Amino acid sequence: MAAAAGRQPPGPAEGEAPAAGREAGAGGEEGEGRAKGGVEAGGCYLALCARPVHFEKANPVNCVFFDEANKQVFAVRSGGATGVVVKGLEDRNPISFRMEDKGEVKCIKFSLGNKILAVQRTLKSVTKNANILGFCWTSSTEIVFITDQGIEFYQVLPEKRTLKLLKNQSINVNWYMYCPESSVILLSTTVLGNVLQPFYFKSGTMSKLSKFEIELPAAPKSSKLSLSERDIAMATIYGQLYVLYLRHHSRTSNSTGAEVVLYHLPREGSCKKTHILKLNRTGKFALNVVDNLVVVHHQDTETSVIFDIKLKGEFDGSTTIHQFVLPPRSIQPYQIPVAGPPSVTSQAPVPCKLYSSSWIVFQPDIIISASEGYLWSLQVKLEPVVNLLVDKGKLMDFLLQRKECKMVILSVCSQMLSEPERGSLSVIATVFDKLNNEYKKYLEAEQSYTMVVETGLSRSNPLLKRPVRTQAVIDQSDMYTHVLSVFTEKKEAPHKFTIAVLMEYIRSLNQFQIAVQHYLYELVIKTLVQHNLFYMLHQFLQYHVLSDSKPLACLLLSLESIYPPAHQLSLDMLKRLSTANDEIVEVLLSKHQVLAALRFIRGIGGHDSISARKFLDAAKQAEDEMLFYTIFRFFEQRNQRLRGNPSFTPGEHCEEHVTFFKQVFGEQALMKPTTF
Amino acid sequence: MVSGGCRPQAQDGGGGGGRPGEAARSDPSQFLHLQPQARAQRGREKKILFYHPNEVEKNEKIRNVGLCEAIVQFTRTFSPTKPAKSLHTQKNRQFFHEPEENFWMVMVVRNPIIEKHKDGKPVYEYQEEELLDKVYSSVLQQCYSMYKLFNGTFLRAMEDGGVKVLKERLEKFFHRYLQTLHLQSCDLLDVFCGISFFPLDKMTYLKIQSFINRMEESLNIVKYTAFLYNDQLIWSGLEQDDMRILYKYLTTSLFPRHMEPELAGRDSPIRAEMPGNLQHYGRFLTGPLNLNDPDTKCRFPKIFVNTDDTYEELHLIVYKAMSAAVCFMIDASIPPTLEFCRKLDSIVGPQLTVLASDICEQYNINKRISGAEKEPQFKFIYFNHMNLAEKSTIHMRKTPSVSLASVHPDLMKILGDINSDFSRVDEDEEIIVKAMSDYWVVGKKSDQRELYVILNQKNVNLIEVNEEVKKLCATQFNNIFFLD
Repeated sequence: MAAAAGRQPPGPAEGEAPAAGREAGAGGEEGEGRAKGGVEAGGCYLALCARPVHFEKANPVNCVFFDEANKQVFAVRSGGATGVVVKGLEDRNPISFRMEDKGEVKCIKFSLGNKILAVQRTLKSVTKNANILGFCWTSSTEIVFITDQGIEFYQVLPEKRTLKLLKNQSINVNWYMYCPESSVILLSTTVLGNVLQPFYFKSGTMSKLSKFEIELPAAPKSSKLSLSERDIAMATIYGQLYVLYLRHHSRTSNSTGAEVVLYHLPREGSCKKTHILKLNRTGKFALNVVDNLVVVHHQDTETSVIFDIKLKGEFDGSTTIHQFVLPPRSIQPYQIPVAGPPSVTSQAPVPCKLYSSSWIVFQPDIIISASEGYLWSLQVKLEPVVNLLVDKGKLMDFLLQRKECKMVILSVCSQMLSEPERGSLSVIATVFDKLNNEYKKYLEAEQSYTMVVETGLSRSNPLLKRPVRTQAVIDQSDMYTHVLSVFTEKKEAPHKFTIAVLMEYIRSLNQFQIAVQHYLYELVIKTLVQHNLFYMLHQFLQYHVLSDSKPLACLLLSLESIYPPAHQLSLDMLKRLSTANDEIVEVLLSKHQVLAALRFIRGIGGHDSISARKFLDAAKQAEDEMLFYTIFRFFEQRNQRLRGNPSFTPGEHCEEHVTFFKQVFGEQALMKPTTF
Repeated sequence: MVSGGCRPQAQDGGGGGGRPGEAARSDPSQFLHLQPQARAQRGREKKILFYHPNEVEKNEKIRNVGLCEAIVQFTRTFSPTKPAKSLHTQKNRQFFHEPEENFWMVMVVRNPIIEKHKDGKPVYEYQEEELLDKVYSSVLQQCYSMYKLFNGTFLRAMEDGGVKVLKERLEKFFHRYLQTLHLQSCDLLDVFCGISFFPLDKMTYLKIQSFINRMEESLNIVKYTAFLYNDQLIWSGLEQDDMRILYKYLTTSLFPRHMEPELAGRDSPIRAEMPGNLQHYGRFLTGPLNLNDPDTKCRFPKIFVNTDDTYEELHLIVYKAMSAAVCFMIDASIPPTLEFCRKLDSIVGPQLTVLASDICEQYNINKRISGAEKEPQFKFIYFNHMNLAEKSTIHMRKTPSVSLASVHPDLMKILGDINSDFSRVDEDEEIIVKAMSDYWVVGKKSDQRELYVILNQKNVNLIEVNEEVKKLCATQFNNIFFLD
């Protein structure tokens, strides 16, 4: 909606905001807001982008236009005769061209893709006696004209250089607004102007959505236009289209200040009032939507506040009332880079006047300073938020909804685990739960996607998309690498706390039924071993809190020398895995428990395929003649049973053991082949 | 020690009912400590720190102590590091234990007597082979452990105030403790002195972990915590050996004492005390009785742990909500105030109440899933030396002071004998015994685990018994490495 204070109501062709030419400075804003706003308080969480679009500032011979659809600034000199320069935030290479000066340009826009240029030079339409309010490109070849008497949807046929009318609708229009993101045009109708009629455009079709009425703060006394386009904005928030209405403070109502009312405009169904954002102040405001946050700039105090409609508010049965998330702060101070030839650049950069009355604000995140010739996109800085939101649970709720949140979240996690801002365990638990809730949602989406693809159902559902992994998905490896391993290595915290944190993370993962990776268990074990907390480790394993895996069992085996019960724990784990029978045999043989190994392998029915040599080797190393005898005899019997002869085959490489057997027990002790 | 006849054992004979083969009951006849290294000139009497029964005439005390000393010294000649542990006589068994250097404990247990009639006259016959050495030497060792838990070491008492203080502490402790010993019903479980662990799923266990960690954080003077449910251990912050004896105290002394009022419905634990306070079932089993009484005493029992190295003295706070009991142990140098107790009650009470019902619910679900509701078909005792885990389907639910075996004492004695055999060798072993009247007793030892099974089936052979035990292992112990 509209711009910062002081600006005159824009001309009829609002969409492209003739940013130039309007004399700004009417408000005498100099110095006024400075003292009030607490601008110097630090923690500025809003900033202008570092690489703005610079254009020739507006003056009597240079007109500047902004096209919201392509986010391009047009600088038109002398009606285009001496040149038109088009610059955008995304496209860094400016487009320059000239055109004939056929009078004052009212509106100028490229079609999507910069293929066709449309220019409006007069208010009157040729065909009808209607005023053209403006036009919008809805695709590269489709254009919509809005007049005070209706809306007309055309297809452009570039080869024939003609327009083909696709659809039109007669309706009295006060003003219109276009939201390119959602291809919706909103028309203000009726005398008061507060009945809004949305149209939705998609590939050659224009569909009328159900109209709705904006509740005005007080019943208007006269029947004149009461809803200004300056107080309306359209933006997509969390994937849904909203109409934002800035309802000014009215003396008659007992409200504490102005508020922003959000109307949810679904593609189907009726538009509903859903949220009220309390501003708790009065004066001149402007709105932006950045990263799904509603930003409200207040010119009087030169500060801005932000609202997040996903955060908890006060629900009154139909609408949710929100307070601003963070204390009001100014946009971060901005230095205008001094351009020009190198010889001149020695002068210091000029601080930019923020909240200037020459600022004009466009949706969703554009701020234009016509007087200085800059176009910025507004950005939300997350680092300062960390210190402004004390409640860590709320902070996480806020951060998890932001685009660039990952590193900030990880740093918040690190911060809450170390002095001086160490959080309590219940806070830490809350944060872990919030992270894992998001993590689980992603895993589930991913899983059901994989399932659909695997079962071949994807062909019947062309809309199926692989779930997007946003930055809010913080998985175990992120936590391990950036937070937990660093935290356990620092050793500044008491070990009780360290272990409690690790267990809390594992508890949270389990609560969300997320399989815990074994490196987390290893971290727990490492920490416990470091502090000689073997009994604690034993209890965790006893209750299977550290889930079974081969790597874990091997780690336990390696602990046997410092904690003997680890041997039993490891064997139990290998047994439960049921895929580690070879490992069990190896462990037993290495401890010279040859009989136990043999009994085990026989118990699972694998004794016909084991290597005799391996067992005989182990038996010989045990230096127990009776044991050797027993093992030797077992294999002789196996040979007899399998091959009808007790002797070993050359392939078994047991000659050495046969010799040893004969040496100790005599040749006659060898088993005789049974003959029938 | 020693000495028959200082108390007639008529009741023991009666316990045997005079029937041959019926195991008679044993009773402690004497119990004493002596200190053999004391200088001879101080006289033997000075060496006696505690003697029960105290009524025994002084000279006899001295004689008995002298005999013990002589036996120990004599056997030292043959085995300097391991002198005699017990002495078998016709009437008694004597057990010797040196828990700390130069401090000896001796316990004398009378052999059971059976009454026989010879020529119409009653004749008393001592059953010399009925008592099991391991059972009673374990009981003697536990006497010391229990003393040490509440009093610290003998040496520490000597350092604190010499023989006088030590004698006072011994008198005070053993006077009460000896009355709670039920020597008649001691069996294999006393040899193990194990811990029964409460079976629990991972998630509930983690919740308990989380609870304990948060409580230790909020009540930051808490040094160690232990958590029990249904008199079974779930978590111990104490080291294993300390927990073992604390567990014994809790389950055989403290909990049973508090069970009766609960059953009787007195002392209804639900309280709606200070306004705004959540209703909960939490209450102190040690310490203040009534938190609303400003004059209530916040005195908690003191316990001594890690006596081998750090030697810590702690206050033992036992707090219970429904079936869940938590032991909070705080450093003895910080006396818990009424304010602290109120804080503990307000923080722990509500959360423990919720947790206890969670555990109960989860336990029932798990039981239903695993189908463990069915009565165990097997009578067995399991013990794991590594974590002291013990499980018995032979013993009935613990009564206020003892747990009673549900099988014939002769069978229990066979279990004890097998256990003695096991302790003699390191190797894994399996022993199968055919007992009287269709009973089979099977003992298995695998690594650090022991399993004893009692089967009662008509006309079965060795192979079938073996199969039955295999079946038991497959159902009850399939998640551990237990060799068949």
